[in-house]
Amino acid sequence: MEIIELNSQNFAKEVEQASQPVLVDFWAPWCGPCKMLSPLVDQIAQEHDEIKVCKVNVDEEGDLAARFGVSSIPTLLVFKNGECVNQSVGFIPKDRVLALVQG
Amino acid sequence: MADIVIIGAGTAGLTAAIYARRAGKSVTVLEAATYGGQIINTPDIENYPGIKRISGFDFATSLYDQATSLGAEVLFEKAVSIEDRDGGKVVRTTVGEHPCKAVIIATGAKNRPLGLEKEARLVGHGVSYCATCDGMFFKGKDVAVNGGGNTAVEDALYLAGLCRKVYVIHRRDQFRADASDVAKLKAKENVELVLDSTVTDLVGEKSLDAVEVTDKTSGQKREIPVSALFVAIGQVPDNTAFANEVELDEKGYVRAGEDCLTRSQGVFVAGDCRTKTLRQLTTAASDGAIAASAACAFIG
Repeated sequence: MEIIELNSQNFAKEVEQASQPVLVDFWAPWCGPCKMLSPLVDQIAQEHDEIKVCKVNVDEEGDLAARFGVSSIPTLLVFKNGECVNQSVGFIPKDRVLALVQG
Repeated sequence: MADIVIIGAGTAGLTAAIYARRAGKSVTVLEAATYGGQIINTPDIENYPGIKRISGFDFATSLYDQATSLGAEVLFEKAVSIEDRDGGKVVRTTVGEHPCKAVIIATGAKNRPLGLEKEARLVGHGVSYCATCDGMFFKGKDVAVNGGGNTAVEDALYLAGLCRKVYVIHRRDQFRADASDVAKLKAKENVELVLDSTVTDLVGEKSLDAVEVTDKTSGQKREIPVSALFVAIGQVPDNTAFANEVELDEKGYVRAGEDCLTRSQGVFVAGDCRTKTLRQLTTAASDGAIAASAACAFIG
């Protein structure tokens, strides 16, 4: 599935009103661990149609990061039925990203 | 069966892979998390000979490309044990097992946690181990750095340019960091040194509000209101899974000299996970070359 770039305008539609689980990756271009995690998140988007994958560039969307108390990157949040049900801070391998969404 | 299994795809492990491949040996590298190791957190490397400046991410990616294009196989599996079998070795992982003729342990080290009660809960909410990753979230705010080595002082200098005030909490009254950086730190007007002191509690529920600091000499406690605490109190190795095969020192590092030989024939050790005095990119790369050459000679 296509990866969606989130901003404060499309957040409600893409995340809160989504019918499937949503994986949100908070990242920035200057963060090494983010660049390591990012390709794994991309793979999950390609391989798992049942998961909606979104990204938030914290440089551009600082308000979204602040709204969810994100103060370390990379941070992954998982939303189900509009609510944040799981989160993880720092690089984690792909199987743990999947477990975060499916757990 | 691979000739050599290398545990860890950081600088030491990937350098060993390059040397072993160029010596004509087949190589499998096992990595529990991401390739590159600790260096991916460093924005600028300026002390690697021959490269004036490069980001840790670019360095790690280039090293990974170099090793894989030479034919090293990198598998993302966590090694859980090394065993002897049929005159060779077997490395077990959470996924399966990898028989081989020789093993190079290059597991590196990871950030040492404070060991405080609320620490795990507040990671990502004010407690951080990477100032360059997370500093900008605390622009204009008051923050603290815990530690007295190069990383702590570099973190504090970086944060001083970004935050309103930076407290540097250190358990001794002298810094281990390079003198030139310490001098720069002392010259910063918005840096306060809190010496002979340790962080004894984290205050805050959803996010960090303050740190409790205890003065080691007087025993006096003081609460410092900060939005973030950057922890830079050194590294810890993670080699307990291999304690049956190799000797670990009291801190958990694999005991070996500069020859990278362990007490076990056919098992070699390279990089930060080895007992040594200087843990740098250059010494990790150096170990990788030495361990790979020794492993190749052992296989014959």
